[in-house]
Amino acid sequence: MTSTASAAPASAAPESPFVSEPDATGHFGEFGGRFVPEALVAALDQLTDAFHSAQADPAFRTRLSDLLRDYAGRPSILTEAQRFSEHCGGARILLKREDLNHTGSHKINNVLGQALLVQRMGKTRIIAETGAGQHGVASATAAALLGLECVVYMGEEDTQRQALNVARMKLLGADVIPVTTGSRTLKDAINEAFRDWVTNVDSTHYLLGTAAGPHPFPLMVREFHRVIGVEARAQMIERTGRLPDAVAACVGGGSNAIGIFTAFVGDPGVQLLGLEAGGDGLETGRHASTITGGSLGVLHGARSMLLQDENGQTIESHSISAGLDYPGIGPEHAYLAQTGRASYRSITDAQAMTAFALLCRTEGIIPAIESAHALAGAMELGKELGPDASILVCLSGRGDKDVDTAAAYFGMPTA
Amino acid sequence: MSALTEALDAAKADGRAALIGYLPVGFPDVEGSIRAMVAMVEGGVDIVEVGLPYSDPGMDGPVIQRAVEPAVRAGVGPRDALLAAKAVANTGAAAVIMSYWNPIEHYGVDRFARDLAAVGGAGVITPDLIPDEAAAWFAATDAADLDRVFLVAPSSTDARIISTVEACRGFVYAASTMGVTGTRDNVGTAAADLVARVRALTPDAVVCVGLGVSNGDQAAEIAAYADGVIVGSAFVRCLLDAPTPAEGITAVRRLARELAGGVRRRASV
Repeated sequence: MTSTASAAPASAAPESPFVSEPDATGHFGEFGGRFVPEALVAALDQLTDAFHSAQADPAFRTRLSDLLRDYAGRPSILTEAQRFSEHCGGARILLKREDLNHTGSHKINNVLGQALLVQRMGKTRIIAETGAGQHGVASATAAALLGLECVVYMGEEDTQRQALNVARMKLLGADVIPVTTGSRTLKDAINEAFRDWVTNVDSTHYLLGTAAGPHPFPLMVREFHRVIGVEARAQMIERTGRLPDAVAACVGGGSNAIGIFTAFVGDPGVQLLGLEAGGDGLETGRHASTITGGSLGVLHGARSMLLQDENGQTIESHSISAGLDYPGIGPEHAYLAQTGRASYRSITDAQAMTAFALLCRTEGIIPAIESAHALAGAMELGKELGPDASILVCLSGRGDKDVDTAAAYFGMPTA
Repeated sequence: MSALTEALDAAKADGRAALIGYLPVGFPDVEGSIRAMVAMVEGGVDIVEVGLPYSDPGMDGPVIQRAVEPAVRAGVGPRDALLAAKAVANTGAAAVIMSYWNPIEHYGVDRFARDLAAVGGAGVITPDLIPDEAAAWFAATDAADLDRVFLVAPSSTDARIISTVEACRGFVYAASTMGVTGTRDNVGTAAADLVARVRALTPDAVVCVGLGVSNGDQAAEIAAYADGVIVGSAFVRCLLDAPTPAEGITAVRRLARELAGGVRRRASV
C-alpha cells in the first residue's frame, strides 16, 4: 500500500505524469471558464495579462519572494506530530505550518501576490470578501503594507460572530462593510464584492481570496499558493527521505489545498485527499460538502460543483468552520475529483472538533477549525494506510480566532 | 420572424424606439407578478422581460434584490417563468426571459429552450453568460428558433462588440453604465457613446439600452439614439412601494404609460 517515490513502477512503460492545467480560457476539463457580466471581461483580461507578464518577470518574482521571506516569514516549517500520530493508526503525520505565517494562515501568500499585481496594473483600491475574517485581515494587511485603499465585504452575521477580526481589519485601516442581502454570509459578500467591482473597475481590483471564481482567479490563486507544496515536498524528502504517501488538506473554496496539491499532482504515488466540511453530516443536508454532496453548476463566475436546489438556486451551506462554510468550490478541485487524481471526503463538525482538541493536547498547537478537518481526515486515512505510511497535512491556519467557538462547543466557561 | 423582432420592427415603422419592461416573476407572488406584467403591456410596453429569480443576482442592485429574494425563498423557478412568458405572449406582446445562467443550465439547456418556445416565448437575455461560454446555448436556441440576447458594456473592446453582436439574435443589450441595475438620476453619456460605437462597428445591429432608466424624460433621451429602451428597477419599485398589490399594479400601468409617452416624444419633436 505504501508506494514511494524511490520504488520503481512495476510496469516497464513509465506512465506520463498527471497534468492539471487549464486551457487558455481557464477551463479545467468541463469546469472553470468565465460566467460573468460582459462589463467584467475587460478587467479579467487585463488581470490575466498582468498575471502572466508578472510571472515571466524576474523582478516581480524576486519582489514577491522577498516579501514572502522577510514579511510573511516563509518558508513555513514542517513539524512532525509524533504524539498525534498515535491516534492516526501510527502513520507518520507531518504538519506544514502555514499557521505560523504572518496574519496566521496561508492566505497571506495569495494576498501579497495579488497586491503586487494591483500596483503593477496601476490600481489604487482593493476589495475583498471574507467569511471568518482571515482573508479580510490578510487583505487589509497587504493594503496597509503597500498603501492601497481596502474595502472588505463581510456577511452581517459573520461581522457579529467574528468581531475580533473586524476590529483587526479596522486597526489595519480597512473599511468593513456588513452585507445584509441574501443569506448574509460569505456567498453574499462575494456577490456584493462583484457588484462593487463592476461599478468601480477602473480603480479597483477584486482581491478574491480563494481558488474559485472566473478565470484567471483559480489559476492565479493556485500559483500564488504553489509555494506551500513546493516547500513541503522538499521538506518531506529531506525529513523522511521520500515523498509522502498522502497529502491531506481542508477544502472550502480550496486555496490551501490546491496550493499544497499542485507540487504533488505529477507524483503518481502520492494520494491527494481533500477534506470538505460535513457540518451535521451529509445525510442531514446541513453541510458544506460540494464535491461529495453537491452537483454540477455555475456559481460566482465558474462552472464547478455546488450546493443547489431543484431550481438551480444556491443552497446555504453549514459548517462550524466559517472558512469552509461556502456552497461552491474551485473548478480545479472538481476536475481533480472527476479525473480521480484527488479524492474528497466529508468531515463532520464533530469529527473536526475531536481532531482539534486532540492536536491541542498532544502537540500544543491550536489549529484553525478549518485545518482541523484536514487533521480528522489524516486520522481516518492513517488508520487505513497503517504505520508505514507518512501523511503530509496542511495546517492552513491557527486557531486563535476560533477560541470562542471551541470553548462554546466544548462547554467551557469563558470569562 | 420572432415576436421580438416583430415588436422591434413595428416600433421602428412607427418612427420610435421600442419600450421593454422588466419584472421578476414571483413578486409579490406568481399570480400578482403576472398581473403586473399584463398591466405593463396595457400601459404600452412592447416587450416584457420576465425575470427568473436567482439566489445570487450579481448584476442586480438593491431594488431588484429586494423583490427577488422573497421569490427565491418561496421556491419560484423556471416553471413559473415559463408560465409568465405564456401569459405575456397571450397578450400579443413579445415575451423574453431574463435569467442568470445556472437556473437554465440546471433545468436543462435544450429543455429550457424547447419549453420556452412551446409557450410562445420569443427569446432569452442572459446577463452572466458571455458568447465565449455559450456553445450549448447557441445550439439549443437555434434548434428551438429562439432569440438570444447578450450584453455589451462601456468596457467592451471593439472586437468583443463585434463578436457579441454577431452572437445575438433579436437585439443586443447595451448596458448604459458600468454598474448594476437600479434607477439613476442621470444615465450619462456612456450609453450614447456605447451605442455610437456599436453602430459604427456593426451598422445593422438592433441596440436596446438598459440600466438606470426610470422616467419618461430619460426614456425620451435614450429613444433618440437607441432601438429600444429597457426599464427594470423603476417598475419593481412600483410594486415594492405600493401599500397594496392592487395599487402596485396601478402604479406599474401608470409608469408604463409615462415611459410609452417618452419613447414616442421624439417622433413628435
